[in-house]
Amino acid sequence: MINKVVESLHKAVAGIRDGATVMVGGFGGPGIPNELIDALIEQGARDLTIVTNNAGSGETGLAALLKARRVRKLMCSFPRQANSHIFDGLYRAGEIELELIPQGNLAERIRAAGAGIGAFYTRTGYNTELARGKETRLIDGDHYVLEYPIHADVALVKAEKGDRWGNLVYRKAARNFGPVMATAARCTIAQVYQIVELGALDPEAVVTPGIFVTRVVRITRQAEGEAA
Amino acid sequence: MSYIKRTREQMAARVAQDIAEGSYVNLGIGVPTLVGDHLPKDREIVLHSENGILGMGPAPADDAVDPDLINAGKQPVTLLPGGVFFHHGDSFAMMRGGHLDICVIGAFQVSITGDLANWSTGAPDAIPAVGGAMDLAVGAKNVWVMMEHLTRDGKSKIVPQCTYPLTGEKVVKRIYTDLAVIDITKDGLEVREIIAGLDFEELQRMTGVAMILAS
Repeated sequence: MINKVVESLHKAVAGIRDGATVMVGGFGGPGIPNELIDALIEQGARDLTIVTNNAGSGETGLAALLKARRVRKLMCSFPRQANSHIFDGLYRAGEIELELIPQGNLAERIRAAGAGIGAFYTRTGYNTELARGKETRLIDGDHYVLEYPIHADVALVKAEKGDRWGNLVYRKAARNFGPVMATAARCTIAQVYQIVELGALDPEAVVTPGIFVTRVVRITRQAEGEAA
Repeated sequence: MSYIKRTREQMAARVAQDIAEGSYVNLGIGVPTLVGDHLPKDREIVLHSENGILGMGPAPADDAVDPDLINAGKQPVTLLPGGVFFHHGDSFAMMRGGHLDICVIGAFQVSITGDLANWSTGAPDAIPAVGGAMDLAVGAKNVWVMMEHLTRDGKSKIVPQCTYPLTGEKVVKRIYTDLAVIDITKDGLEVREIIAGLDFEELQRMTGVAMILAS
């Protein structure tokens, strides 16, 4: 019997190694797997490369992971936020490496990894600082930049509901990076609020088919507003 | 001669007038977001948000805020009937793939050939962030910039060549400022509209680059 459900956050993040590349879902507040991030902090893996859209705000979640000095490198499109002082401090002190990536390239490089694409050409970023040194090509009169996939050892994603085969549905704009990241990691770990029986999720509406998911863990919904 | 510059709300209302029925539109973070409040009520216009929303509606009442429903600027929004959610791969396919009719974005500088600089001032101590700006710049069918005409110290933001780091090359089609509406055409900067009380010669002098007056 296939059962991807694990009974604790502790078991969900077991085996994440030092030096691992870890994708973390979320855009702003929605979709950030805060409980899995907290479990990763407790688990203790260090020297991580984190692939994510924002660099965390305040002192919780990703910001707490950064503050605990577990992150060597961040691959990210928008680290600067109103309350991103933990990242800002590490960056200014030269204590974290940043690869700044246009958001669509971040999504597509992740998607490419998950889809077995070796590289792709995109017009995004042509002749800008963020494409410096990259191979370019003129295609049908437009300039394109060659971009390579981003593979990960682990993806941490937040979904709304899942089943024991790992099928997932999301909630509203919390979907964001979850579905593409789930495809691109050797081990995809999903936190969900609800685990349902096989067949209970509408097969026409499943967003992430279970083949992309390794572990599912149920968490309790926080009080209203905290998720933001 | 005297004139009163358009306020940000007036600029937003002016941009909104030009958005046609049936358009798919992305409004950038910051001032362009205001355009959403001025869309003509008799037109169906579908707003896209890069974090995965089509059919985005206005801000909710304070007691109806949903933490999972935000726009690209991370402010709470609503979903209109017919609106949908999708993941980032699809969202940027819409943006990069030429599916959006218009994106309205802010800028630090726009060059006379339509180069856009809006993500970085290049200050060495700044925390960099780019988000979806570069994807929108190359991908939307029409890139419209909305910005003040002059910097705080009176320099034109329309320049012969951008001195700030580029977001995209030859991408801007139209500029809405607090003084004028200007198209970037193959013949150069074509001034379509000037606010009341300001004449072309004065606008030309303030802008400091060659412009032509649309007939």
